[in-house]
Amino acid sequence: MFIKDFINAITAPYFLITAAAILLLVSLKYPDKFYTSKSGAIVFACMFGFLGISVLDPNFRLIVTKADNVPIVGMLFLVPFFTWFALREAVRNDKRIAEGKPLVEQEETADKVLTWPDLVYTELICMVVLTVVLIGWSMALQAPLEEPANPSSSPNPSKAPWYFLGLQEMLVYFDPWLAGVVFPGLIIVGLMAIPYIDTNPKGNGYFTLRERRWEITTFLFGFLILWILLVILGTFLRGPNWNFFGPYEFWDIHKLEALVNVNLSEYIWVKGLGMGLPKNPIIREIFGFLVVLGYFLLIPPLLAKTWLKRFYQTLGPIRFHVMTFLLLAMTALPIKMVLRWLFNLKYIIGIPEYFFNI
Amino acid sequence: MANFKDWLKETFKALSPARVGEYIQESQVYRSIFRVGVPDSDRKRMLVMLGNVFLHLHPVKVRKSGIRMRYTWCMGGITFFLFLSLTFTGLLLMFYYRPTLEYAYVDIRDLREQVPLGIMREIHRWGAHAMVIAVWLHMYRVFMTGSYKPPREFNWNVGVILLVLTLLLSFTGYLLPWDQLAIWAITVGSNMARATPFAGHEGPGSALLKLGDIAFVNNQSDMRFALLGGRFVGEAALLRFYVLHCVGLPLVAGFLMAIHFWRIRRDGGISGPL
Ligand code: HEM
Repeated sequence: MFIKDFINAITAPYFLITAAAILLLVSLKYPDKFYTSKSGAIVFACMFGFLGISVLDPNFRLIVTKADNVPIVGMLFLVPFFTWFALREAVRNDKRIAEGKPLVEQEETADKVLTWPDLVYTELICMVVLTVVLIGWSMALQAPLEEPANPSSSPNPSKAPWYFLGLQEMLVYFDPWLAGVVFPGLIIVGLMAIPYIDTNPKGNGYFTLRERRWEITTFLFGFLILWILLVILGTFLRGPNWNFFGPYEFWDIHKLEALVNVNLSEYIWVKGLGMGLPKNPIIREIFGFLVVLGYFLLIPPLLAKTWLKRFYQTLGPIRFHVMTFLLLAMTALPIKMVLRWLFNLKYIIGIPEYFFNI
Repeated sequence: MANFKDWLKETFKALSPARVGEYIQESQVYRSIFRVGVPDSDRKRMLVMLGNVFLHLHPVKVRKSGIRMRYTWCMGGITFFLFLSLTFTGLLLMFYYRPTLEYAYVDIRDLREQVPLGIMREIHRWGAHAMVIAVWLHMYRVFMTGSYKPPREFNWNVGVILLVLTLLLSFTGYLLPWDQLAIWAITVGSNMARATPFAGHEGPGSALLKLGDIAFVNNQSDMRFALLGGRFVGEAALLRFYVLHCVGLPLVAGFLMAIHFWRIRRDGGISGPL
């Protein structure tokens, strides 16, 4: 019981996301400690053990065995596995580079083999295995079909399809125009911009960490924490009214979460200056505008002079500013998360009259 | 008697699997289809790759490091294979499914209850989930090996569009069973369109677009309306999603996959260290 309560407590979003982010950054700092065969074996044994023991719990079982959630359980294992795998390869290659030996891939690059049979057979085996897996899976697990559609009774929680749950999770922190439209758009644009922003010629065509530390850290933060983890959080840990529920918690529709979120304008005008809120929304939100504009306009030149100086020099102004804009947009999410967790901050700019809330 | 024995022996020999195989392979019909025959020499193995429209997606020779599972995780291939399986099972589902409010749900239910060996829907649904995961992992691998770097920038971009299309395919398909899960998931998803800046009636800026008292962007003319063909998820949305799911998006995705594969070869095959 105690252990279950403990796990319920530490899977709370603020803890889970923070811990995962720290773990990721630390593991990238000391990759040769974290991404070894031994540590991989330990982690996966723990994960399987956790899953095996946890399914004994009825609440856990209910959510994990829900038909549409089964693939996400698979993803819960696949993504960490491939992360570990890619970084272990990277560590190996980095070691070889340091010793002046050829890369793992390089040993075979000069080797040209015939496509038939070497590749065609691998593909054939892959296809056969996959077909068997798909058919077995389909026989074991029925596709869900609920009550016929009824536009007048919405289920609680109403969830988007699972791959969009990361976006739905963003709705906790941002309004739909950002979480549902602008950020998805920026994710696509940002992904497309990667090859044009990243001008580092190294690390093309082989696994490496040391030669691309900055790029890989940024990408992994976005992909693992802000994408995959949020999908998993939205799938397994969000219940009725989009409230947080620990993995062993019963999904109680009446669970109440005190929501006393406060706008920045109130913090400053009412609590800080002891005045009332000004009528004119522009004046009311003036500090929010300053914060947001400052964030996007002042930080890049500052970074260009200090921390990211070498990037500014190698990338040139256009690439650099596109990159910092995208980065700042990405980090806006964790920043807003932290502000929410620490200060119950609702909106930095809040003009509901024009649906303009940030 | 001896003659008969010999005759029997001859016949048996002639009918042995190896001989029959040879007959078939020498027949005009077989030669007209498979020009090369059994690829039992290196020369034939190369010719086979050139002569077959499916195999000629591949080059004749490949770098050994590039085809290692360790390197590609086979994820692009798996994605493609899942796409093909989904096309096939989807076609079978189209025999039974009618996209109307009256029939949609019943047809899906009957797939399970009336159709023999009714696991086509299962294969289609689980395959679709798997494809989404496979595309993500494929992108992950391409990033981790730095394979988006020159000369493959463009193909990475084609890939990003394919990723979006995969998600849209899955999203449009989600509505078709027309059960509670379906319409509410699509309602939640498409509600976002309502908040599109300028183009959604609850989006920032849309209130500015008006002439006198007439708002140009209202709940009958905004982004969400265009997506659903109505103010809520109803019959028009079902038809729209059906057409996109079964015709529009697969065509575009197939077209882009052709470009994707073509570019892999043009860009010098699977990436590798120089
Ligand atoms: C429907 C989706 C997709 C299909 C069917 C597909 C298929 C493939 C296949 C079969 C390969 C050969 C190598 C391999 O298997 O890894 C490949 C390579 C590649 N894919 Fe995709 N892909 C898809 C989506 C994507 C996405 C989302 C991206 C990136 C955002 C991407 C970027 C690339 C790049 C850059 C290569 C070249 C890799 C190299 O040379 O090492 N593809 N793709």
